[in-house]
Amino acid sequence: MVLEGPFMPRPPFEILEHTADVGIVAHGDSLAELFANAAIGMFAIMAELEGVRQTEERRIEVEGRDHEGLMVRWLTELLYYLDAEELLFSRFVVEEVSETRLRARAFGERIDAERHRLHFGVKAVTRHMLEVAQEEDDYRAQVLFDI
Amino acid sequence: MAVKWRETLEKIDDQRWLLPKEYKPGMRVPGLVFASEKMLGVIGQDQALEQVANVAFLPGIVNYSMAMPDIHWGYGFPIGGVAAMRVEDGVISPGGVGFDINCGTRVMRTSLREDEVRPHLKELVNQIFRDIPAGIGGSGLVKVSMKEIDEVMVQGVGWALEQGYAWPEDVDAVEGGGALKGANTDKVSKRAKQRGAPQLGTLGSGNHFLEIQVIDEVYDSEKAETMGIDGPGQVMVFIHCGSRGLGHQTCQDYLEVMEEAASKYKIQLPDKQLACAPIGSKEGQDYLGAMTAAANFAFCNRQLIAHWTRQAFQRVLGRDAREELGMHLVYDVAHNIAKIEQHRVNGKEMTVCVHRKGATRAFPPGHPDVPRRYQQTGQPVLVPGDMARYSYICAGTEQAMSETWGSSCHGAGRVQSRHAAKRMLKGVDVARRLAQRGIYVRAQNRGLLAEEASEAYKDVAEVVDVLDEAGIAGKVARMRPIGVIKG
Repeated sequence: MVLEGPFMPRPPFEILEHTADVGIVAHGDSLAELFANAAIGMFAIMAELEGVRQTEERRIEVEGRDHEGLMVRWLTELLYYLDAEELLFSRFVVEEVSETRLRARAFGERIDAERHRLHFGVKAVTRHMLEVAQEEDDYRAQVLFDI
Repeated sequence: MAVKWRETLEKIDDQRWLLPKEYKPGMRVPGLVFASEKMLGVIGQDQALEQVANVAFLPGIVNYSMAMPDIHWGYGFPIGGVAAMRVEDGVISPGGVGFDINCGTRVMRTSLREDEVRPHLKELVNQIFRDIPAGIGGSGLVKVSMKEIDEVMVQGVGWALEQGYAWPEDVDAVEGGGALKGANTDKVSKRAKQRGAPQLGTLGSGNHFLEIQVIDEVYDSEKAETMGIDGPGQVMVFIHCGSRGLGHQTCQDYLEVMEEAASKYKIQLPDKQLACAPIGSKEGQDYLGAMTAAANFAFCNRQLIAHWTRQAFQRVLGRDAREELGMHLVYDVAHNIAKIEQHRVNGKEMTVCVHRKGATRAFPPGHPDVPRRYQQTGQPVLVPGDMARYSYICAGTEQAMSETWGSSCHGAGRVQSRHAAKRMLKGVDVARRLAQRGIYVRAQNRGLLAEEASEAYKDVAEVVDVLDEAGIAGKVARMRPIGVIKG
């Protein structure tokens, strides 16, 4: 559910619909918050994050040609840990982000199919309708995933 | 911008529609859409037909940018798109293959009748659900090292045979013998291999599935018999999955390579996602080698899944999978792939790179690449529907060879987004609804089932009928599911 109205805080992300797949529109007051919220959005598509403990930490550094390229690299790097190490992340601290470089820490734990409420996997981060934009103090990113 | 597609498309006959070259400046060839008039309404609702026009921009494209009746909106290429590019001056595009390289289907027969399986159905489905991880996480029963991953990517089903996960006769019932030539494992990134290694022998999630099905109608009994189909009531197994994280990462890696290549080779594109490189260029050859390697991984993945399915049947029914249950492979075909093939164009031999993005190969009787056992019938074409209705087996035709680069449709195609389906089925227990129809379903998350319900998909019967009537793929048999495993 999307919360709206003057007394509701802006949600970190909203779900975007597409015939075959699913996407998100993420928001942030800063570029760092935007990248963190986009990651939260991607993992929220895959699982209910409330039940995900933060016992594991991975340091992530990626480079990209521009903000869009950086977004694809960042989210794809997180999918790498999901596939290779079965890690489900639920919190992200973006320590540094520029036009072409991002350094962050991701916190989560190994998937436990008994305990976690899992949805469906994200295969890939697409460039379809991909957008990273700034409107005054609002940073906004639109990302579609291949499901 | 809403395009009035019915006015833009020119009707050729009841199954064929021409998208004229003049529709969009830059199109090198017209578009050719296979659909009934009724289906056009749904197809025209999203950007799929615009994508058919965009693919026609690609250098070296021959004849048409084609769309099968199950076409829907994809990333750059439409899903359900077929396009062939001349090897001399054409391009290869990762978007024309997709993230799930060699996503495909495999069908096994059995000698079992429905009434023999019914009493054991739950146990059987549960056993398969335990042995073949589905959904997010969960690694396969077989552990492979990074060195073995390279062997898998070269040998495909041959690797499974060496390890005891295949029967010798399985090998030639797989497209390309389950090991396409030209795999170059050096061109697959370490990241891709690391993502794929734990996932060999897993289904994944989304629309991937494993179904126990029953033949409910036979349209061509001679061809059916050759394919090991005895008649209504026979139990079959239908598998749909691909190359897992290995393929997803390989596509992602090369989308970046191709974005640079497209500007380096000054290729004008209407959509960045069509990024591509000349087939003969270093970038093109690297991708072709890596994509082929990922495709072989997928063939092996489906082989291992078939193996554990045979084991499960054997264990639950207490009978030998080969000698007593006759669980032979009917066929295994890719539906996300690009291949270098020989075709005849205006009476002349031509080497082309055929992109099949959500489309299967459908080679005719007598083609040298069709296994000997199917020389009279044509290559089996496997068309999955949705989990409550039915799936089809068809056979490739000469018409497909001359008109669609020997290609056919790959499934039903979605009509509802996942959230729309969920909203529509709010409060409906889809698993229970299926149970009432005699279908037992297991999924990692039952809540997810609404998103994969029949309502979210086109009726695959309409898709198959268009191609049958157009002479592209002849109907052989129809199956309905009784046991479903979903990611």
